[in-house]
Order: sequence, then C-alpha cells, then structure tokens
Amino acid sequence: MKSAVIVFPGLNRDRDMIAALTKISGTAPQVVWHQDADLPDVDLVVIPGGFSYGDYLRCGAIAARSPIMDKLRERAAQGVKVLGVCNGFQILIEAGLLPGALMRNKSLKFVCREVKLEVVNAATDFTRGYKEGQIIRCPVAHHDGNYFADADTIARLEGNGQVAFRYAEGTNPNGSINDIAGIFNEQKNVLGLMPHPENLIESAHGGSDGRALFSGLLGQAA
Amino acid sequence: MTLPNDIVITPQLVADHGLKPDEYDKIVALIGRTPTYTELGIFSAMWNEHCSYKSSKKWLKTLPTTGPRVIQGPGENAGVVDIGDGQAVVFKMESHNHPSFIEPYQGAGTGMGGILRDVFTMGARPVAAMNALRFGAPGHEKTRHLVSGVVAGIGGYGNAFGVPTVGGEVEFDERYNGNILVNAFAAGLADTDKIFYSKAEGVGLPVVYLGAKTGRDGVGGATMASAEFGDDIDEKRPTVQVGDPFTEKRLLEACLELMATGAVIAIQDMGAAGLTCSAVEMGAKGDLGIELDLDKVPVRETHMTAYEMMLSESQERMLMVLHPEKEAEARAVFEKWELDFATVGKTTDDLRFRVLWQGDEVANLPIKDLGDEAPEYDRPWTEPQRPAALAATDIPQMEVADALLKLMGSHQIASRRWVYEQYDTLILGNSLQRPGGDAGVIRVEGHDTKALAFTSDVTPRYCEADPYEGGKQAVAEAWRNLTATGAEPLAATDNLNFGNPERPEIMGQLVGAVKGIGEACRVLEFPIVSGNVSLYNETNGRGILPTPTIGGVGLLPDWNKMARIGFAAENQVILLVGSPAARGTHLGQSIYLRDLFGRRDGTAPTVDLAHEKRTGDFVRKLIRSGTATACHDLSDGGLAVGLAEMAIASGIGANIVDLTDQSPILQYFGEDQGRYLLTVNLDPQGDEIAALWAEAKSLGIHAPWIGTTGGTDLVLGAARPVAVRDLAAAHEGWFPSYMNG
Repeated sequence: MKSAVIVFPGLNRDRDMIAALTKISGTAPQVVWHQDADLPDVDLVVIPGGFSYGDYLRCGAIAARSPIMDKLRERAAQGVKVLGVCNGFQILIEAGLLPGALMRNKSLKFVCREVKLEVVNAATDFTRGYKEGQIIRCPVAHHDGNYFADADTIARLEGNGQVAFRYAEGTNPNGSINDIAGIFNEQKNVLGLMPHPENLIESAHGGSDGRALFSGLLGQAA
Repeated sequence: MTLPNDIVITPQLVADHGLKPDEYDKIVALIGRTPTYTELGIFSAMWNEHCSYKSSKKWLKTLPTTGPRVIQGPGENAGVVDIGDGQAVVFKMESHNHPSFIEPYQGAGTGMGGILRDVFTMGARPVAAMNALRFGAPGHEKTRHLVSGVVAGIGGYGNAFGVPTVGGEVEFDERYNGNILVNAFAAGLADTDKIFYSKAEGVGLPVVYLGAKTGRDGVGGATMASAEFGDDIDEKRPTVQVGDPFTEKRLLEACLELMATGAVIAIQDMGAAGLTCSAVEMGAKGDLGIELDLDKVPVRETHMTAYEMMLSESQERMLMVLHPEKEAEARAVFEKWELDFATVGKTTDDLRFRVLWQGDEVANLPIKDLGDEAPEYDRPWTEPQRPAALAATDIPQMEVADALLKLMGSHQIASRRWVYEQYDTLILGNSLQRPGGDAGVIRVEGHDTKALAFTSDVTPRYCEADPYEGGKQAVAEAWRNLTATGAEPLAATDNLNFGNPERPEIMGQLVGAVKGIGEACRVLEFPIVSGNVSLYNETNGRGILPTPTIGGVGLLPDWNKMARIGFAAENQVILLVGSPAARGTHLGQSIYLRDLFGRRDGTAPTVDLAHEKRTGDFVRKLIRSGTATACHDLSDGGLAVGLAEMAIASGIGANIVDLTDQSPILQYFGEDQGRYLLTVNLDPQGDEIAALWAEAKSLGIHAPWIGTTGGTDLVLGAARPVAVRDLAAAHEGWFPSYMNG
C-alpha cells in the first residue's frame, strides 16, 4: 500500500508519522508540501499532528482552507483512505471531512500522558488489527482535544459505528463527549483521532499498541 | 568625525543605560568624541553584564573547557561534543529570569525560543529540552501565578516548536520570592563536519537578515536583565519580548534547509541585544567590519528609530553572511517558508561597525573594541561565612514513617507530574526516559543502540552554606544522575544565577561556586562547554540563593542496557553503593531539617571527588554488564526518599534492615554524597555477589546489602511499615492540590 503525508507549516509530528509508516510498511511515504499542486496516487493520505499556522486561529482552521485540501476531499470521495492525527484530526474537522468540533481541553491545559483507549469499531480497514472492545494504551499530547457535537450528530455517530476509539478506564484527558477519542466518516474511509498511535509502535516507546492501526491499514503483519 | 544626533547625552541618560560614569568615560576615550544616542544604545547593549560577562569573566576563565570529545567550548552559540559515528551533540543552558518574573508566559516562552535558536544556529536539529525552575515560597502571593504562567509559557513554546522536554527541576524557596529563575536547556544533533559558526569571512559579502520582522518589543531587555529589581518593576513590562513558536519552527526548517545548500558562511541568531550583538559578533570574530543599512531591515511597525532597531529583541530572527552566488537559492528557501529575507548590509575591511539610517550614518564605531574593550572587573569578594556544624547529639526526632510520608508529600520532594504533563515529552518518538527518573534519555535517531542522557542539577541551600562545596556538589550530582542511567557523562553547561556582584559577599559566592565547579569538572573529566551568567537576581537589596545550575549530557552506547529507577522485580537484593560505614551521617542543610523542623543550619555535605569517580565508574559498569536491574542516586531526603521513589516508580515495596548502632534519622535522612541505590538479581549468598563485593572492596567502595525488594509496603527497619500506595498518594497529591488551592 502506498501512502503520503501532507505537511503544513507548523506541523511537527510529521517526522514521527513518517518514521512509523516507514518502519511498519518498509516503504517511506511520499511527503506532500501544502503548496504542491496535486496529491500523488496513493491508497492512504495522512495529516500528522502539530500546530499548523501556530494554531493562532482555531486549530486547523487555516490549513483546512489550503488548496491541497480540495484535492484531499476529491480523493476521499473516491474512497482513498485518509487519517488525521491530533492537529490532523482538527484539520479534517475544519475541512468538513468529519463532523463535530474539537474544543479546548476541559482543564484548559496542554496534556501529554498515556491513556487507555477502547476499540469501539474493529470492523474497518483502519481498526481491523484490533478486536472490538479491546483496551489499548496510547499517548496523547494536545491542548484542544475536547470533542463535541450536537445530540443528533452524536446519536448518528454512535448508531452508525462511526466512533472508532473511546477513552477507557476513566482516562479521558480532555472532557470529550461520550469519551470520544476518534471518529470515522460515514463511509469509514476517513479516520480522525486525538491520540498518537505513531508514538507507541516499538520497544523503545515502551510498547507497540499503536502498531496495529498502521499494520492493519498497510497490510503488514503487526 | 561628527555624526548627526538630536538627543543630548546627559549623565542621567548614561545612567539610564546602565553605564557607570567611568564606563562612559572609557567610551568617550575610545571613540574620541561624544557618542550619538544610537551609539550609546549600542555600547549599553554590548557592555551590560548579560552580554559582556564583565564581573564573571575573570573566574569563568578558570573552568576546564576542553577534552578529547569537545569540538567547541564556550564562546559560540552552544557547546559541541563528539558522540562518535560522525555525530555531535550541541547544547547549552541559558537563563530568562528577569523577563519571566515580569511577564511569566512570554518570559519563559521566549527563554525556550532563545535556547532552541542557539542550538539550531549551529546547524543542529533540537532533540531534547529541559527547564530548571525556581520559585518563591509556595505561600507567597505571586508564586501560583508565576508557576502557572511559566509552565504554560514553556509548554506553549516548546510544544508548538516540537521538541520533547525530557527533564528539569522545580524548586520553591522564599529566597526566590522577588526573583524567580527560569533556566532553559536545549540539545541538538548535528554531523561533526556540518557545524556552523558565527565568524564572518570575506570582504564585501552580503549580510542577510532572516526570519521575523523587527518590532519595538524587548528594546533594552539585556540592560534590564543586568540590573536588580526595585518597586518600579511593572514599568519594565515593555522590555519583555513576545514569542512566536510558529515562526521559530519555520525558521528552524528554513535554516537547516539553507545550510544544506552550502550558502551559509556565518550565522548568528539575534538574541540579547538583537541586531547589535549579532552583527558585532560576526564581524569582530572574523576581523571584519560590518555596514548595516537599517532602511532595509524588515519592520512590523512604522517610524522605528535607528536606536529602536538596533536594540530591539524581537524574537525568531537570524543574521547570516552568505555566498553571493547562492543568494537566489537562499531567498527561495525562505520564501517557501514565508519568512523575511533581506540583504541589510555587507562585510567590510575597515574594522568599523557602521549603521546607516535614512541617509545618515548614525553609528560608526571600532567593531573589535565593542567586544574586546568591554569593561572587565576583578570585583572585591569576601570568603563566605560557613555555618557551624551540627552537634553530634543534635538530631531532632520524628517517627521515620511519619517523616517519610510528610517529605514525600512536601513541596520539595512531591512529584512534578502537574508540570511535566503540560510539556510534550515524547514528540519525535525517541524518548526512552521521560521526566520523573534520574535523567531524561533519548535515542539517537538513525543509530540502532546509541542514546543520550540529560540532567539538570544544583542544590542552592548547599551553595548558600558553602559555595565551594555546593559548586562541587552540583557538578557531582549531574554526573551521578547521568551515571545512574548507565551513561558516560560527556560534558556540561553551566547557568550561574547569583545576586548583585557589586556586593563582596555575593561575589564571594560566585567565586567559591566557580572554584568548586572547576574542581569537580576536572576530577570527574566533565568539561564545561557552554553556559550563561545571570547576576543581579536581587530585589530591594535581597539576593536569591546562589544557584549555579549544571546541565549535564551523557552517552549510552546501548540503550538496551540502560537503568531506570523503578524496582525491576520482587526478591532482589538492594545495595547502597558508595555508602559510608554508617550508611548516613550528615544532617546539616538537609531537607529533613529544613522542611520538617524549619531549620537551615549545619554545614553542607562535602563531596569526595575521587571516591565519587570510582563509585560512579563502578556503578556504570554494573549497569552496562546487566548486573544492576535498577539504579537511583540519593539526593534530597537521603536513603528513605530514594527507596520510596524506587518503590513508587514500580509499585513494589522493600524490606530494609537497619544498622542498630546508628541513629535511624541519620541513616534514613542524612544527605551524604556519592551514594547510589542499586538492585541486583543475585543470590545474596552466592559467588557472583561475593565477586561484586570483592571488586568494590578493592576499589575502596562500601556497597552493603541493606534489604530486599518485595511486598506492597516499604519497611524501613524498625519503623512502621508504609504502604507504597500511600507513599504514591502523598507524592502525587501535593502539586495538583497546591495549584488548585
């Protein structure tokens, strides 16, 4: 499977994401600069974490209006898989590829720690490396991860199996509604999540619970 | 020569620039005329304490700064140390004390920005950061606000820039009520053949300005930071810079991209005293003159005067000398990252520093003299008064378990989780040990087994009681913390924070501490490769505790053989390596006395450097051979606190067997130096441990078996057992509860 990583100015977990994709698939992803005219022909496009444009406006709002995002919307509509992590999740929401909003953490503070995640829907290309209901470890590092949507949207997400991951065992770090940590679009080919599975893929990280997300996607053994 | 000047230079104006009358007389003698207003500003920027080290230079020269691995010692933006395989670690620690007290969020954030820039200016990508923070008493009205602002400011800048914070210190003491300390450390990795320096070379080459635009923020910041605080402190807010980590991140990427093109001859970031300091440094180091045309400087405000532009400390700016034939290529890199790129001057052969503004020459000064002729003082100093030793019978009593629980939940010992969870500690994906252990450890990207360890240490109450022993102890503790992970200590950076050096007793503290640091660095073969001095940390005549912070860097050849502080398993033998026969003997200046009895008396503990070296080398060998299964050095709170920290980190308890003929208080809370707790998975009656003891004995090291890991309680001899769970609750509880209070 071929992948690409889009880089906007101010993103800073691009190196972590590129390393994870390379280590797990054996092939480096193509790196797309936000001003590039088009996206390469790939099966997976990733927007990594960071602080695009400094997060000086709403997180992700400026990057979401970049011309490359029109191309991404086209590809997503054609079924290409799209993964947004942390600021990438915020950008996908601001771009309208995923519903809802990510508000400031309830503590009003940046938080970097390990949490527990429940795999809510394991029947997708992204999550097939896990079992439904499985509890995994995963780090978070964000200031604005407090997911919110109106009651109708939440009901629809829950009813359609669009909730991918939920904070488990009382570890919700940001106050998100229904402990939501990550969601799919309706077609399940777009996933956004606040935690950083790319930072827990090998023994040096103290665990590899994040690995199955990528190995499932990239068709490699976990 | 006469230059146009609208502003009359009066004695008051000279004083407002922090220049003494005799210093002003020297300026007039040097240039043979009255300086212009802009020139006065330039001199004040170059000759203040912060930039010229005029009070400390004489003593800094005595520090050991070379070694087989040292590529660059003090004098550049950061020190450079060889870590093998053609790679180098580039690091420095620098203070941002004065601005952080005035405006904590921006002050601390721009402190981070400044130190990160120092590192990537040399061509290194930053890979780790630390912060040594010192605040006033927890009960002081400003402390909570300052803690909250400083931590948010460091996080706001470092997290957005994208560097993991892997260690640091947070300490509270009433002596920092009016002057907090924010010492920021950063380290980066570079190839040894691709290090960039500030020395300009070649005449008639373009001097290029890169990065953010120049504004009026921070004008006079370095001069402000070279004075003590009075009651007019709120008026100093405009001298604090405003940080923009988004621009800094782009500047990092653009600089590294530009360096890779081969266009850069010399580079200097604009830090303290901005354009002035960077231009003068590049020219003076290369024996060249510099001519600047201020009308070409990108500005974000209109009607800025030459004086303001020369003294602005706007952040995220760089000055470079470029190969002219590569100028277009260089410009394209900066345009890609949407950063300013402007040719603002040229190198000349006349050794003058000339500044043009709106068609006039507003400064024309001898460039070498600006740095070389800066005042250098041999300030009078007095030998510090050392407190009397505690009487042998003076051991205030408390139940050991009660004392331990109180200390674990005290402001000094409690977990700093509330702080470090606001920092990104794992970005870049290489963090092997995050804050909470003896040292932060990151693996070296691109290498299978190599890793770097980082620590920041000083015990200011020891330095106050005995600057010389305190200086030694700060270095030894850093060396010890690196060793406790299995790392070979490579080199250190020093951040010397003191009060007003014009007072002989403060100067005595500085002299004593530098002598102690130098001695320890020599014996431990741990050279100082970079550093910073922050003086005048004083408010209304009261100085801070002398605080010479030491940032240490160590190398692990194989991180698979790294030690952590948590007990590894149950039923393992606990050794106290480097222990005196009575395990613990020294209660003077201890946390036990200070925080449980409100006493600050007694002598500081001494460090036997030769014994320290032998013990550390022995411990490192045991870690690297895989014999040691966990390791933790002893510091604040002594043996009891060290054991509790190992238990909390693992959730495993321990049973310790007392020495019956020594006071439990001295055994458990004495702060004797040079001791490590080590666990080994060996039969305590077996041959292997006998061989270990025989080797220790041959080295003159005592390494008694003091107990065994296991259970859910920490049992300290005859004392009441304490549940590890209760220790953890006390340890985790203090900080959040204080900040919410």
